[in-house]
Amino acid sequence: MKSYHADERGYYGEFGGAFIPEMLYPNCEELRQNYLNIMEEPSFKEEFHQLLKDYVGRPTPLYFANRLSEKYNTKIYLKREDLCHTGAHKVNNTIGQILMAKKLGKNRIIAETGAGQHGVATATVCALMGIECIVYMGEIDIARQAPNVARMKMLGAEVRPATSGSKTLKDATNEAIRDWINNPVDTHYIIGSVVGPHPYPDMVARFQSVISEEIKNQLQEKEGREDPDYVVACVGGGSNAAGAYYHYLDTPEVGIIAVEAAGKGIHSGESAATSALGKVGIIHGSKTLLMQTQDGQITEPYSISAGLDYPGVGPMHAHLYASGRGEFISITDDDAMKAGLELCKLEGIIPAIETSHALAIFEERKFNPDDVVVVNLSGRGDKDLQNYIDYFKL
Amino acid sequence: MNRIKQKLQEDKKILSIYFSAGYPNLNDTVQIIQDLEKSGVDLIEIGLPFSDPLADGPTIQASSTAALKNGMNTALLFEQLKAIRKTVSIPLILMGYFNPVLQYGVEEFCAKCEEIGIDGLILPDLPLDVYKEEYETIFKKHGLINVFLITPQTSDERIKAIDNASEGFIYMVSSASTTGAKQGFGAEQSDYFERIANMQLKNPQIVGFGISNAETFGQATQKAKGAIIGSAFIKHLTENGVDGISDFVKQIR
Repeated sequence: MKSYHADERGYYGEFGGAFIPEMLYPNCEELRQNYLNIMEEPSFKEEFHQLLKDYVGRPTPLYFANRLSEKYNTKIYLKREDLCHTGAHKVNNTIGQILMAKKLGKNRIIAETGAGQHGVATATVCALMGIECIVYMGEIDIARQAPNVARMKMLGAEVRPATSGSKTLKDATNEAIRDWINNPVDTHYIIGSVVGPHPYPDMVARFQSVISEEIKNQLQEKEGREDPDYVVACVGGGSNAAGAYYHYLDTPEVGIIAVEAAGKGIHSGESAATSALGKVGIIHGSKTLLMQTQDGQITEPYSISAGLDYPGVGPMHAHLYASGRGEFISITDDDAMKAGLELCKLEGIIPAIETSHALAIFEERKFNPDDVVVVNLSGRGDKDLQNYIDYFKL
Repeated sequence: MNRIKQKLQEDKKILSIYFSAGYPNLNDTVQIIQDLEKSGVDLIEIGLPFSDPLADGPTIQASSTAALKNGMNTALLFEQLKAIRKTVSIPLILMGYFNPVLQYGVEEFCAKCEEIGIDGLILPDLPLDVYKEEYETIFKKHGLINVFLITPQTSDERIKAIDNASEGFIYMVSSASTTGAKQGFGAEQSDYFERIANMQLKNPQIVGFGISNAETFGQATQKAKGAIIGSAFIKHLTENGVDGISDFVKQIR
């Protein structure tokens, strides 16, 4: 049977792999050789699930959104990742990776962050474990995301500005990779999304797969079946989407819908809709779709949502797009903001702007009245309050 | 015979110099190559600038960014180099990241290199297994040597695999670092240089990273066939432009 999971060399169809300089080979190879075995160890599983339960607050509810369903005349469930500790799904992965780092005997953690959500989730688990934490963040993002910078510092992390290139997420990722090259023995790099060289996309997807595992159980309880008709998630790098799709990837009856950020419009020159605008290339060690010039220089994407403006996309998602398994829709800033506000008014939930993109598809695309549509509510909107205030002049 | 292989047969230590094409000025490329040859350099690595050079430290990042701002791109570099073999005979290597090569088209890129008279490529993020499976025949068809890197962390087993896949020389990264990050060599490097020398590899090794002057050049080439200078030369270009290239080379050896 055709599988949409990574093969043993880390390829999803033609995408993925490990396009890394030799300096990174020992680090990635150590992880590649060990990650599956460690994840299968009973003691690892036990500690991971215990922390997800007691510290993160899992399982997160699968909530039937009554008024939203009524408005769009279909059955909409929201997977409440916004209720995770630290406010988003990101912590599922950082818990997994900090335990992985401990098993590998690492005593220093590095991470990249864009808006700061992954940085906060990493700083949180490092505080939890008492491990040194350095977060690379673009100089421009540091200025834009002061509250998250403060959170990371309060949690004991050192925030190092990335001053190269465009001074945003992709450059923070470059700096983290450079740090790892310079510290190959004692350091573990906690990547925040399903991007980067093999085994990262597969490892992060596995840690996030707790989302779809829970959806299956919860839907069974509520609808008497494990499989929804559709799973919807927003995609930047694509970690919340990978987690929401994971157990449904090879179930063709479940429609997979990926929502990207169109920014000011796909052809406006200010967009982050990688599937529409990207070409096959190499970014951060992975062969995937990415936004680039004709000459192969990586370009800077734009979205009102700092969590979606990555110029690439995880190789799993590139494959879902190229193979036609996934339906890719892009949503503009304006439509996302409207959908975000609508969820506040209809359901009393303030979503992260990333998540608002996923919610906006109900204006874009019709579903049947008896369709069961699960939307992964990846994060809460507290961090975006200033953006909402500025946008709606509240 | 490939110019790199020919040069490596000479009974001397090899001095290789790296610079970013299009830096400090867009059209300095040819003059820098000519001056380096006149100054007695043995091998030149022409850097193809990339927006996200993740194995490079601040100096080469900055020169790469500046070169792109100056308007450098792959097609333009090929245009600048089209008549280079009328004036120089020194071995020339293009060094860069894989993505721009992929976008140009690997086959087209290699064909263009052959047409111009480029002798080899160094693409640090093109992994050994992918090269062997997908690109080795194309490189060979166009007479290009692909140079692989090893580091102090590379296992003996992998070094042997790299040695087997290599022709010409092995690029021996002196320490676990990005380019230009560390100055000078310590005991760790001596052990590493010794270990590699004792492996009796079929390909000679040329050491890169951390070489900036006569002293480090001497240390690096005690056991190895040669050494590469990158960041230190870029700094020279930043401070002096294309003047005084021969003075820079003379202070190395």
